[in-house]
Amino acid sequence: MTRAATEATEPDLIQILTPDGQRQSHETYDAYLGDVDDDMLRGFYRDMALTRRFDQEATALQRQGQLCLWVPLRGQEAAQIGSGRATRRSDYIFPTYREHGVALTRDVSFSEMLRLFRGISGGGWDPRENNFHMYTMVLAAQMPHAAGYGMALNMEQRGWDEARRAKEGNAVVAYFGDGSSTEGETHESMVFASSFNAPVVYFCQNNQWAISVPFEVQSKVPLVNRAAGYGMPGVRVDGNDVLAVLAVTRWALEHARSGKGPVLIEAVTYRLGAHTTADDPTKYRMSEEEAQWAPKDPLIRLETYLRDNNLVDDTFFEQLSADADAMAAKVREDAMAFPVPPLAKSFEQVYAEAHPLIQEELAWHLEYEAGFADAAEGEH
Amino acid sequence: MTTTMTLAKAITSGLDKVLETNDKSLLMGEDIGRLGGVYRITDGLIDKYGEHRVIDSPLGEAGIVGTAVGMALRGFSPLVEIQFDGFVFPAFSQITTQLAKMHARSEGRLTTPVVIRIPYGGGIGSIEHHSESPEALFAHTAGLRIITPSNAHDAYWMIQQAASCQDPVIFFEPKRRYWLKGEVDTGTPALDAFKAQVVRPGTDATIVAYGPLVPIALAAADAALEDGRSIEVIDLRSLSPIDFDTITESVQKTGRLIVTHEAPTFGGLGGEIAARITERAFLSLEAPVLRVGGFHMPYPISKVESQYLPDIDKLLEALDRSFAY
Repeated sequence: MTRAATEATEPDLIQILTPDGQRQSHETYDAYLGDVDDDMLRGFYRDMALTRRFDQEATALQRQGQLCLWVPLRGQEAAQIGSGRATRRSDYIFPTYREHGVALTRDVSFSEMLRLFRGISGGGWDPRENNFHMYTMVLAAQMPHAAGYGMALNMEQRGWDEARRAKEGNAVVAYFGDGSSTEGETHESMVFASSFNAPVVYFCQNNQWAISVPFEVQSKVPLVNRAAGYGMPGVRVDGNDVLAVLAVTRWALEHARSGKGPVLIEAVTYRLGAHTTADDPTKYRMSEEEAQWAPKDPLIRLETYLRDNNLVDDTFFEQLSADADAMAAKVREDAMAFPVPPLAKSFEQVYAEAHPLIQEELAWHLEYEAGFADAAEGEH
Repeated sequence: MTTTMTLAKAITSGLDKVLETNDKSLLMGEDIGRLGGVYRITDGLIDKYGEHRVIDSPLGEAGIVGTAVGMALRGFSPLVEIQFDGFVFPAFSQITTQLAKMHARSEGRLTTPVVIRIPYGGGIGSIEHHSESPEALFAHTAGLRIITPSNAHDAYWMIQQAASCQDPVIFFEPKRRYWLKGEVDTGTPALDAFKAQVVRPGTDATIVAYGPLVPIALAAADAALEDGRSIEVIDLRSLSPIDFDTITESVQKTGRLIVTHEAPTFGGLGGEIAARITERAFLSLEAPVLRVGGFHMPYPISKVESQYLPDIDKLLEALDRSFAY
């Protein structure tokens, strides 16, 4: 597969923090970082470190047989924290199944998130509390939901002028990956959102690999170039640079919110670990490639910046490490203590309104199960 | 107040009522706005309610159903149109993996009250993918409700009942009966949309039909009367859930049951009804439950579709077999 044709149209990559931790200015995006002070910078590092520690703990729990599956995000912390921190709480987020860092920015409890992977819930948390939708396992199925949600926001905000929309309006962020970019629903979602000017920010974390298939197989052109085909702006950002991601996402949300329609962001990042705990990257990618990406780690570059500018000292990292360990221990404890809901509970959740077949089968199930209880009692 | 109208017009009037009474409701689909839909079911509604509530969508069924799910998550009640039965499959994943499961996956927290209208069934002399009956594929999916009216009065009320239901509803419209006229009493609601209705009482055998075949079943019952057989006809109306109580009660009285649908017999709803009724009314049955449905083939070319579709003669033949048992 040739890359020659695509290199000619290689788009700009927005970067604020270089991989070696140097901060650069950017004529468009500096304006979106005006409020970023030292505390916020330390906060971003903390968010990313806690997310990574959570990810590590969940991976361990899966390895120990305590979770059905885990979907690691190591390497994508900046893309997630930067974009998540750019949203307003009233914006609605449609995640894939890997947005643990975005979840942190929405205050979704890490413990709650494990309910899905522990096999005791089909969702795990209440999407209404944090405007953070459930994870979706069917790739790209959430994409048209995001367009529809954005169309609904437009209906609510009919007649609002741009200023009012910018101030009070809501937007939607649709997360997806390089693999999902191929799905038809991604295409349809973008057509709908564009045609109806829906306030949707399409945020692609291009982590280069859809399980074992490299990005080159998903697209012959840089993903961001597709935006033009939908008539929406597209921005390519260094997904391992939390500041650039924050700035670009803030810009995109402002654009969408004010009624100008959807935006596509391609955050270029790298999945440092496996696709899921069932995956084995040694079978399809070279360790040289992983070694190339390792120094671009989003945590390393922010740490370098923070240390170089004397914004942190060793105590900061020691404290953070201790906090992260305590968080991980709590998550583990919570996960192990989750009660398993009885199957009877599942019957209740199929329909919102009373349903005769559900009632009939539930009654049968309860009677059948009760038979075992009676038998057990009889033995004593 | 009672008015005579076609089944198509009754759906239009029902949709009008929904839009009028629920300001969170909206219609969306291909060509449903300016054109009024290929069957003109939404004719005139865009002028009355505007482009923001009667939406001409881009051409993408997954997009139509998927965006409707998103709208529902924001508190709206979309009623979407799939242009023809055979075109629903690009939306199959959204319907079965997303719409049907949202309530369960969210542990009952989220509802997605989306109505999907689908003109279905054959007998209209059309080309491929315009005459199918895919209801069993959806009935097999928990989380969905599936209803189909057979007459104008039911059509008027059942579309409104679908719209007010908190669960997703697939509303199959018997397209070859769109022009069937009937009395619609706009002051008296129809029976609960999820209940079956005895539309002709009888004592000797029961025919269960739904949608386009209800008039055929009634005609067969008329013909059977000439042979001295009193046939009870049940309009199933709801395909999920199925009102087994009404069928059971009828079979306990008549002892014989024929189930008919245009959809292929194999794997169809007739099999489910036969099994349930065998369990529930085994000792009342004088003969095995018989099914009269389509053959196990893609819907045939229109020049021979009359040999494929259940008709009066096939129902009478099945009755003969039942009585001969």
